[in-house]
Amino acid sequence: MRFRRPGAAPAAVDVADPGRGIELRGVGHRYGDRVVLEGIDLRLTEPRVGVVGANGSGKSTFARLLNGLVVPTDGQVLVDGLDTRTQVRAVRRRVGFVFQDPDAQIVHPTVAEDVAYGLENQGVPPDERAARVAEVLERYGLAGHADHPAHLLSGGQKQLLAIAGVLVMRPARIVFDEPTTLLDLVNARRVAELIAGLEQQVVVVTHQLDLLDGFDRVLVVDGGRVVEDAPPGPAVATYRALMEHR
Amino acid sequence: MTLPLYVPVASPVHRLSAGVKLLCLAALAVLLFARPTLTVAGAALVGTLAVGLGVARLPVAVLARQAWALRWFLLALLVVHALTTDVASGAHTVLRLLTLVLAAAVVTATTRVTEMVAVVERLCAPLRLVGGRPQRVGLLIAMALRFIPVLVERADRIRAAQAARGGAPRGVRALRTTVAPLLVQLLQMAHDVSEALDARGADDVPAHRPRRT
Repeated sequence: MRFRRPGAAPAAVDVADPGRGIELRGVGHRYGDRVVLEGIDLRLTEPRVGVVGANGSGKSTFARLLNGLVVPTDGQVLVDGLDTRTQVRAVRRRVGFVFQDPDAQIVHPTVAEDVAYGLENQGVPPDERAARVAEVLERYGLAGHADHPAHLLSGGQKQLLAIAGVLVMRPARIVFDEPTTLLDLVNARRVAELIAGLEQQVVVVTHQLDLLDGFDRVLVVDGGRVVEDAPPGPAVATYRALMEHR
Repeated sequence: MTLPLYVPVASPVHRLSAGVKLLCLAALAVLLFARPTLTVAGAALVGTLAVGLGVARLPVAVLARQAWALRWFLLALLVVHALTTDVASGAHTVLRLLTLVLAAAVVTATTRVTEMVAVVERLCAPLRLVGGRPQRVGLLIAMALRFIPVLVERADRIRAAQAARGGAPRGVRALRTTVAPLLVQLLQMAHDVSEALDARGADDVPAHRPRRT
């Protein structure tokens, strides 16, 4: 029989409750003495959630909290009831993450091999893996590039590849950290359309406000706090007003 | 030297397993050095070209790029041999080296990186006995191949940024002014890549991952 130390946290149970969405309870985060986020209490259940804020406002740290890339120094982040501190692997299977710079996200030399990487980590059998990779490449117009070196793709194609590498893992939720910042107008529109068509819950951190059209909820982060939590219209107005006073 | 990546063609060489191709490459290297005659080296070169261009149907450019990238090194080798021994032995050495490089190019251009990595992982399987993870070794190789062009691109970008602001350092100074900012960028990138690996479940690898196809 095993005894638990008095005061120790109960053993983590890997049972997700999809209806609960993403919950942040009294969340704060600091790097050394520098407070990056503080006092955040939120529950995100809407299909489309945007996050805006000035550079250095803490929004990228906020995004990284949602799939356990960053663990809060204060409070708790729960995804479908799973704690990012104790059940990080289960959380990451549920929450995909697309980074701003696809070059840092693509880890294999060729397109198809890179898309397959996440599936290999999940232990998906080779036949199913090949079928899922082919399907995702076809859907995002990369089928003709399957065996091409990833470094020869255009910026837009690299971002599509990075997104395909996440989507193939079929996460229930996807966090995008400034997905269109490095793209031209055509590719930015393409990525925006792709995001709009996703069936997963999506959280998008962005500086490009038109990306938030049709979103259900937008958070404005400033000085490490969520200063506005509203539909896109009022939230963007608050953000603009904040920026005008700088 | 450029790194030839997989060239997709439906050929018997492409279908051959990566392990067999790597064994053939090792056998060729042993043969070239165990039987150091001009006839053997010449026949090996002809055989390599026949397999690469004829059977595997690789574009001539794939192999030509490898030979071209080595031109100064091979020439220097020939000159050194001509000065220290004789031209014939220099030509023989150059022929052996060129054959091996072209044979390696045929292997890499007809084998997917994942297949090559799978062979390395199988060879590293004994690491499990001491708690090592062969998958990590495989990932390391794949990532090295992936990030070499990125590294070159970043270095070019730094040089271009310096040139745009009137800086055109040469020699050791150029090396110093490029290496320091490149290192800073690479450290930042290493951090970003490690986050991406975490986000894609790098720590999730099952103890016995199903084999790659």
